[in-house]
Amino acid sequence: MGYRSFEEINEKIRSKKAVVVTAEEIIEIVDEKGVEGAFRDVDVVTCGTFSPMCSSGAFLNFGHSDPPIRMSRVWLNDVPACAGLAAVDAYIGATELSETAGMEYGGAHVIEDLIAGRKVRLKATSYGTDCYPRRALEAWITKDSINEAYMFNPRNCYQNYGAATNSSDRTIYTYMGTLLPHFGNVNYCTAGELSPLINDPFYRTIGLGSRIFLGGAQGYVAWQGTQNNPSQPRAENGVPIGGAACLALIGDLKQMDPRYIRAARFEKYGVTMFVGVGTAIPLLDEEMVRFVAVQNRDIKTKVFDYSVGRRSKPALAEVSYEELRSGSVQIGSRTIPTAPLSSLKVAREIAQTLKGWIARGEFLLQQPVAALPREGSPTTLDNCEGE
Amino acid sequence: MTVERTVGADSITDATTAKRVKALLTYPPGAAGKPITYSLIREFDLWINILHAEIAADKAGKLIMDIQGSAEDVDRGLEFLDEEGIGYEILNGSIVWDEDKCVHCGACTAVCPSHALTMDNCDWSLVFDKEKCYLCRLCARTCPVGAMSSPI
Repeated sequence: MGYRSFEEINEKIRSKKAVVVTAEEIIEIVDEKGVEGAFRDVDVVTCGTFSPMCSSGAFLNFGHSDPPIRMSRVWLNDVPACAGLAAVDAYIGATELSETAGMEYGGAHVIEDLIAGRKVRLKATSYGTDCYPRRALEAWITKDSINEAYMFNPRNCYQNYGAATNSSDRTIYTYMGTLLPHFGNVNYCTAGELSPLINDPFYRTIGLGSRIFLGGAQGYVAWQGTQNNPSQPRAENGVPIGGAACLALIGDLKQMDPRYIRAARFEKYGVTMFVGVGTAIPLLDEEMVRFVAVQNRDIKTKVFDYSVGRRSKPALAEVSYEELRSGSVQIGSRTIPTAPLSSLKVAREIAQTLKGWIARGEFLLQQPVAALPREGSPTTLDNCEGE
Repeated sequence: MTVERTVGADSITDATTAKRVKALLTYPPGAAGKPITYSLIREFDLWINILHAEIAADKAGKLIMDIQGSAEDVDRGLEFLDEEGIGYEILNGSIVWDEDKCVHCGACTAVCPSHALTMDNCDWSLVFDKEKCYLCRLCARTCPVGAMSSPI
């Protein structure tokens, strides 16, 4: 069985001779030419996703004023940021809400405003020190007027995720969207057969340091995602049957494009952020070809009842993404309409854009510096007090 | 003046004398007990299709109704609603879809009761059939990026 290294593939990319297709296009190629033929003819497969990813945010450094301030509390357009990081570093979280605009505006909107070049109102207070005597400050900032502005998202790019429905008699408002009563709809959130980690289920080609498309710019995988769950049960093809691994991603906010980072609000739930991620999978061997040829009919997930306000929601059925994409699924005797929350249209654009970057030699694949764990599941917060 | 109608048709056939309105009726609490729809049909000879209902006996409620009849009967029917304390708003047009803001995520298709909003299952872009929209505005509430707005 043949084997190609990252370096061999990068050589082809440098000389603009690499053959790149998307994870949807490879399916047909494998159909026509078989795994061997596809391995011979294709070097790289690109994946993409454009979904709400709540655990996201950005580190910002505002630079020093004169006299300088050691910011202890910071607001950006009335959205509190975490400023417990030295004098002028802060982290703005995507899901933090404005203190004055409620659920209409949050950290994600601040990030989108910055990426779009719009000015943002900074407010900071301090208890003052001898070396940082200033105690209050207000200023307009833009992404170009400040120092570093980089996105750091602790949990992005879920490898599969459960679908959601509602068995109760009232509409519920969740991070999986509005769920109508009496099994009114099943919402799902995935790029399916185009999804980054579904196409490399055992993380053979992606890990710490992997270069990626993030928000329109080149970014990197920084760490495993929080609540990483590679021990999620898997189907025979290696694809997990529910939320498994996830990634912490990093990239330069100043180079991003508001087309691929969009603030979002889910009614009566809160603010989150659509993040556009693209990955490039080198076809190292025929096993990788088999992985990237995965189809929606072979990717399964469970449908959970979100009306149950517990950590573990009941799983009502197991369905494939082909069924979810068909427009309806069967749960027991019921036929329930389905709706996506993740934009396949934009995900495809991302995969095509990344394909273009690679074909033009503008994007080299980075072999992981360290591997992502293949085992592990998150712990839970127990023994708590209060309600 | 009688107007031709066929049972089961989705509109009445005599277009020259017919008036058709889509109205959002707001029932104050307690008013749900009144047989409003029955009266509109029997007393005013109106063809009624209830498109959307959120109504319960002791609570404020909403009905979206497709109302057709002669111009005179429709106007008299609307007056009757006023007299019964049922607020109504004539719904003109459809929701406004800002295609530049839209990310084609599909969240709106989950809540659209008239199937005016669907996903194209080839290119997975949002498809909006204006004719089917009756301005219930559920999509405007659900759209995560504010791409749907009401013209009223």
